[in-house]
Amino acid sequence: MTREAMEYDVVIVGAGPSGLSAAIRLKQLADKAGAELSVCVVEKGSEVGAHILSGAVIEPRSLEELFPDWKERGAPLNTPVKEDRFLFLTTDKAYKLPTPPQMHNEGNYIVSLGNVVRWLGEQAEALGVEIYPGFAASEVLYHEDGSVKGIATGDMGVEKNGEPGPNYQPGIELHARQTVFSEGCRGSLTKGLFNKFNLREGVDPQTYGIGIKELWEVRPEVHQQGLTMHTVGWPVSSDVYGGSFLYHLENNQVAVGFVVGLDYSNPHLSPYEEFQRFKTHPEIRKFFEGGRRISYGARALNEGGYQSVPKLSFPGGLLIGDTAGFLNVPKVKGTHMAMKSGIEAAEALFAHLTAEGQTGHECLGYPERLKQSWLWDELHQVRNIRPSFRWGLWGGIAYSAIDTYLLKGKAPWTLRHHADHTQLKKASECTPIVYPKPDGKISFDRLSSVFISATNHAEEQPCHLRLKDASVPISTNLALYNAPETRYCPAGVYEIVEDPSGPRMQINAQNCLHCKTCDIKDPTQNIDWAVPEGGGGPNYPNM
Amino acid sequence: MKILVPVKRVIDYNVKVRVKADQSGVELANVKMAMNPFDEIAVEEAVRLKEAGKATEVVAISAGVAQCQETLRTAMAIGADRGILVESDADLQPLAVAKLLKAIVNKEQPQLVILGKQAIDDDSNQTGQMLAALLGWPQATFASKVELAGERVQVTREIDGGLETLSLPLPAVVTTDLRLNEPRYATLPNIMKAKKKPLDTVKPADLGVDVAPRLTTLKVVEPAARGAGVKVADVAQLIEKLKNEAKVI
Repeated sequence: MTREAMEYDVVIVGAGPSGLSAAIRLKQLADKAGAELSVCVVEKGSEVGAHILSGAVIEPRSLEELFPDWKERGAPLNTPVKEDRFLFLTTDKAYKLPTPPQMHNEGNYIVSLGNVVRWLGEQAEALGVEIYPGFAASEVLYHEDGSVKGIATGDMGVEKNGEPGPNYQPGIELHARQTVFSEGCRGSLTKGLFNKFNLREGVDPQTYGIGIKELWEVRPEVHQQGLTMHTVGWPVSSDVYGGSFLYHLENNQVAVGFVVGLDYSNPHLSPYEEFQRFKTHPEIRKFFEGGRRISYGARALNEGGYQSVPKLSFPGGLLIGDTAGFLNVPKVKGTHMAMKSGIEAAEALFAHLTAEGQTGHECLGYPERLKQSWLWDELHQVRNIRPSFRWGLWGGIAYSAIDTYLLKGKAPWTLRHHADHTQLKKASECTPIVYPKPDGKISFDRLSSVFISATNHAEEQPCHLRLKDASVPISTNLALYNAPETRYCPAGVYEIVEDPSGPRMQINAQNCLHCKTCDIKDPTQNIDWAVPEGGGGPNYPNM
Repeated sequence: MKILVPVKRVIDYNVKVRVKADQSGVELANVKMAMNPFDEIAVEEAVRLKEAGKATEVVAISAGVAQCQETLRTAMAIGADRGILVESDADLQPLAVAKLLKAIVNKEQPQLVILGKQAIDDDSNQTGQMLAALLGWPQATFASKVELAGERVQVTREIDGGLETLSLPLPAVVTTDLRLNEPRYATLPNIMKAKKKPLDTVKPADLGVDVAPRLTTLKVVEPAARGAGVKVADVAQLIEKLKNEAKVI
């Protein structure tokens, strides 16, 4: 079957902070040089920002580089951070800890990253970037010489059995001189590129965390605009890397969330229920009593940092933003890094595409520029913090203090990472965790949470969560690990159903929040997260 | 023959609607907006009539804020030929919209106006009827089938207990029900083409229409939360509960 094809100079996959920064900078450079450069961005969410989820406190450094006049342009950075608190929680007490230097937020802003990205999208369109939300890049296209030719968008209107339905529309091919992959953490096409071009050779495995977030409207008496709070300790045990964030935005809104490192070993652990339980702590619940929950969502994030950054260029394309993985873990921030990688990629790409006599297909200038930039120094300096938490919470904090204050990030060694999916122990070797029932006021069940994420997938479509072997969920995951996917999935997608013939795994793919945790944590890597029909997934407002 | 299709920009049907804390309305800030699904069906029907050679031009029209342009672009991506935006920041109620549409009809002289039976935000179900009355045209509401034959349009509508078929002389107003058709996906090339189709903007004052609201919203509140259910042991207990607790029988 032939698909329609369209040609662009640059095609960008994913309208997040990195992809839009790259698009904007490309157009700025083209305008300055008086050059014609066509840039197209495809986005699987139903609109720009629909799938964006972050805390978020952002450092405006990269935004400043992109638009020195961002304030006049009305960027939605409305809440400067006024106070940082760092707490250690026990079951019923909270102890103030000194705020680590990386977590000081002077000059930073509490934002809805979704709204920042919506604004970036408007800026990009004003510069002539073509953005197409509702179209998921589902396939990488290659030239005969093996270099990347572009991407194809997914077919629409395919029935459950994979056959074209009455409203079937084939996807189209977007060809580009260079294709930029900015899919966000654990990109589904990036995974294929890693294998095709051996991009992960010689680097540590990427490690991840899952962040679960809610947005609340709280009583004005407890709202302190500009306050940021982070906690460690309860409810997770000290061998689990996890903690919370709580940010007071404008309009009596509070963003609250919990992040759990996906290298946790106890398969009984449920990140979702840890988060719900966290909110019931006396020091935390006081903010939410009498308030109302507005939105809910979840997303995996990169924690591997410097050691885990893959090769960033290959013939015909580049990796930018979180699909490569530039998050600064001790800073708990990644947006400024993602945007910076997009800006550097655009600078290198523009030079590459306009250089006379340019014959090579690989834009090597991008990784070179990135390594010269502040991003690389920043990532290198904090590289040992996250892996030191293998020694537990206190071991990690002690090591981090030495690494930060005495060694100043210049330790002559680099601590290594392990792949998260290898870290689960057998269920029989671990203590089951009993979680309290949700009260429907402060804590909630999964389904009422998914409901307010406004998640929707077209009903009649093939399941986008593909199992390599359909028997593994029962024969391995249930038998050895007590079906951990029913707990780590924050949307209740995976469910064990007892049939007369025995237990069966039911996949409620329509609930999927696109967090990608299953693709990361499944112990035998049996789950492959592929893009569903374009426009499907959450519709996050203000997240 | 020209077909006019009014389309409304509403909160997307996937979004959980939230009442503003001050009860003055529903929260619209940064909420995803989309074309009213019934209007999408209307656009699809008009485009199908054009594709079948029964109509020559499909004109989409929207009344509201500047962002309604996006809604018109969606209509043009489905296949409408051009768009008209009546731009206004005012709260446009059904009567005002019907008056604006009448002014546009007088200018454009379409033979058929197809629009959604109601919008999923205010569920008024009034605009089509008011427009037909203002124009003095025949109307067929809740259409599940539309056939053009010569100077008449035959409309099947779903009513309690069956189907009713009406035959109307043109020009006429038809409002669409859910089962009339299933709108197509707007393809990427068609979305690109839609960006280049003509879109005119006018103001209510240009049309000589007073859009001042006639209705006042006193307050907007969420429906009461549903209480938890209980399991009953048998029919006798169910009857007892319906009689004495729910007091419905």
